[in-house]
Amino acid sequence: MLTLSLLLFPILAALLVLTVGGKQAKQIAFVGALVELGLSAYAFFSFVPDATSQFGFDYPWLAAGSIRFSAGIDGVSLLLVVLTGLLTPLIILSGFQHNYERPSAFYSLILFMQAALMGVFTARDGFLFYFFFEAALIPIYFLAASWGGENRIRVTFKFFLYTVFGSLFMLVALVYLYFQTSSATGLHSSAITDLYNLKLSATEQTWIFWAFFVAFAIKMPVFPFHTWQPDTYVESPTPATMLLAGIMLKMGVYGVIRLLLPIVPEGVALWGTTAIVLSVIGIVYGAIIAIRQRDIKRLIAYSSFSHVGLMAAGVFSQTTYGIQGALVQMLAHGINVVGMFFVADIIASRTNSRFLDQLGGITRTTPKLTVYFMILLLGSVALPLTNGFVGEFLLLAGVFERHTILGAIAGLTIIFGAVYMLRMFQKAMFGQTSKLTTGFSDVSGSESWVFIPLCIMVFWIGLAPNSFLKLTEPAVTNLLQFIK
Amino acid sequence: MLSIILLSVFGIVLLYLGFLKSRAVLLPATLLALLIALGAVFTEWNKSYLYFGDMLLMSNLAILFTSIVLVSAFMVVSLSGDFLEDEAAQPAEYYAILLFSIVGAIMMIAFENLIMLFVGVEILSVSMYILTGSDKRNLRSNEAALKYLLMGSFATGILLFGMALLYGAAGSFTLTDIKAYVMLAQGRPSLLLYMGVLMVLIGMLFKVSAAPFHFWTPDVYEGAPTLFTAFMSTVVKTAGFAALLQLLSFTFESIYGFWWVILAAITALTLLIGNLTAAYQNSFKRMMAYSSISHAGYLLIGLVALGQQSKPALVFYSLAYSISTIAAFGILLIVAKQRTVDGRPDDTYTAFNGLSRQNPLLAFVLAVSMLSLAGIPLTAGFWGKFMVFSAAIDKGMVWILVLAVLMSAVGIYYYFRVVIAMYFREGTSTRIQVAPFYRFVLIAATVITIVLGLIPGLFQDLL
Repeated sequence: MLTLSLLLFPILAALLVLTVGGKQAKQIAFVGALVELGLSAYAFFSFVPDATSQFGFDYPWLAAGSIRFSAGIDGVSLLLVVLTGLLTPLIILSGFQHNYERPSAFYSLILFMQAALMGVFTARDGFLFYFFFEAALIPIYFLAASWGGENRIRVTFKFFLYTVFGSLFMLVALVYLYFQTSSATGLHSSAITDLYNLKLSATEQTWIFWAFFVAFAIKMPVFPFHTWQPDTYVESPTPATMLLAGIMLKMGVYGVIRLLLPIVPEGVALWGTTAIVLSVIGIVYGAIIAIRQRDIKRLIAYSSFSHVGLMAAGVFSQTTYGIQGALVQMLAHGINVVGMFFVADIIASRTNSRFLDQLGGITRTTPKLTVYFMILLLGSVALPLTNGFVGEFLLLAGVFERHTILGAIAGLTIIFGAVYMLRMFQKAMFGQTSKLTTGFSDVSGSESWVFIPLCIMVFWIGLAPNSFLKLTEPAVTNLLQFIK
Repeated sequence: MLSIILLSVFGIVLLYLGFLKSRAVLLPATLLALLIALGAVFTEWNKSYLYFGDMLLMSNLAILFTSIVLVSAFMVVSLSGDFLEDEAAQPAEYYAILLFSIVGAIMMIAFENLIMLFVGVEILSVSMYILTGSDKRNLRSNEAALKYLLMGSFATGILLFGMALLYGAAGSFTLTDIKAYVMLAQGRPSLLLYMGVLMVLIGMLFKVSAAPFHFWTPDVYEGAPTLFTAFMSTVVKTAGFAALLQLLSFTFESIYGFWWVILAAITALTLLIGNLTAAYQNSFKRMMAYSSISHAGYLLIGLVALGQQSKPALVFYSLAYSISTIAAFGILLIVAKQRTVDGRPDDTYTAFNGLSRQNPLLAFVLAVSMLSLAGIPLTAGFWGKFMVFSAAIDKGMVWILVLAVLMSAVGIYYYFRVVIAMYFREGTSTRIQVAPFYRFVLIAATVITIVLGLIPGLFQDLL
């Protein structure tokens, strides 16, 4: 039942915001998101670390019950449920300094988005997964296209078309798989665990591998399916960008772990290296572009593209290290990237500029912002004892195990990451104060309350990664059984 | 049967009501007639009665299709309030013709005899020719009516010719006799039979506007008064597909090997032409015309991949499509009135600019309709597509599915242009008022679309 409340509560909260919102919209939305955080925290602390799916529910949905409305939380789901639960209130809180037009619509869309994301991460039925996977697009599309920047209409339209197009192939693959299952009664089944046990020929596996790959690669995005991403991140309002980069991107990685790897292991054996090569190209390509950026928001967007490339490569390595690393890194990256975008938002709204060459010397007046920024930055560049280190180390170990040379190239991410992140920090925060940055006021009030939990998480995951890894390990081991 | 008699009687009564001074009574009377007919249809549930010397069979499937037709008609009529204000219009006659045309639709749905099919097609088509030209002083409406009449008669001629050939081959008009003959004729070439099947198919495919028999559709849909466009694109299509389903799944089932190739080619062509041309339109109404062609393509997939899945898929798809289409046209009716271009209501995409600020409810209803037509989850349209796609995969027709998927992506492009216009483009700031009953119907359409989108099983259990 807990899962059901995790799914339904944000919808109720969203409807509440929509109907009685008005001026109090953001406060109501924030309280709603906090309750949801409480629910996910309860799930986190009462989760029994084994390979089973817990807190679930299961109702017949369609086709005489062979397609079921069924969801639950296992180790793999758990971290993403926690991530969604944790980030949503912070994302809402980060909007407190802005006065968005039609606030009740804005904040209720965020909550609708949260419900859809929870659905994606907990679904136990293939079609239910697809259902939420697509449903999540609608709120984020309206958020980005209604409250975004100048080119928002064109950019978000491209994003929408691109992602729907990709997921349609996944739908075809799922329908195909559904008809491959059969039981004694002649009924089919779309339960994800039943799809794991299918015996598919190598040709079938190849086709299905690519159908899934396109859907998830566009979502993450993996090179060369990334062209929608930087523009969409830049044009969206900051809360929408945070949702996109912090949580929605993880839908793709999660999809690979949940569906692609266990359903078509042979397909991955055949084509996994190709997928790793594409991911590694993305790592290097994204990083090099990030080094050359002068727009902070765009720089973070490309850094996110580079980071997700490593996650994808780790997942496709099919090793315990790679998958465990991806799970921890999803959590860590979500935390860091939301923090980074918030810093970018603070700088942009106080100086009306996002360009590095117009900034500088911000540290002189902002001790607190500097500390928060630095902590998040160190997490992003994967310094030991921070959250980024655990994930990247495991991911690189996984890729290395599968393919030494690709692992070595992927390792460049550590160097490149440090280069573009520190360059950004140096140009924005140190140096001479510019016309725009004089009198830059330090973070205060609600802003601090976004940073503090994020910074705590950076150290918690960095210092005690085992409190997370031990929860996911049985589930990952279980998944790997289907893979091998 | 009861519904056919009731609707015919009500139609005549309505004609007499037209003599009354007050026109206000016509609309509620028509709605009441439709509701009573809907109730009457369900009295025959699970009974499978045969009527008219075994020429009509009210199976459960026929009842479901009939109720979709009646619900569509109910929605269209309830959006027709404007007639009563228009001095030149003759609402009593229009409503009567609508009711008569539904009689034709029911015959097409429930026929057991080719004669009945032909009578049904004629009743429905002739009514449509008249209604298309009902905007008498408008040149385009006249042109559309004439085009429709000429091309429609031609198609009906082919249909009749095909029936004659089938009669020549099988010596009977009843479906069971023809089916028996077809089973015997298997493997033995019979020119009469195959020519007959082909011509009947062409005649029916014309009515549901499948490519390459679709050329009349855009002009007729654009020229006809919007209200009747809504009626045409839903009722005629539903009835046409019900008839095709009956013919193909029952009578011609055993020569599947003969017709599936032809139908598959037509399906592919319909999907391509419908979607690609729709993407190039600037007029919303013309876009909806091409979109109706493309939906004919998706429905045809259900027929090409004939199997267990086909019947529920077609019923569900027709329902989802009809409700969203009528809601979309209903909103076009309101919005287009705001501004006239060349003496006609403005039915281009730009008419929708800024609708979300002028009337958020209308914008939301239209957005849901567009999402449903585009087949995005959370709406009924998604499950419609899902079921049709499932039918195709069950038959192993992956290639047609890939084409359909690519074309759905094109569909998202042109349906979303409307959403973009409504939500993200600047328009005039005048608020648009909507009558309460109108609003009720639109909200009901949206609720049905979303409920079926969340709980698709609701409706499926009936089959």
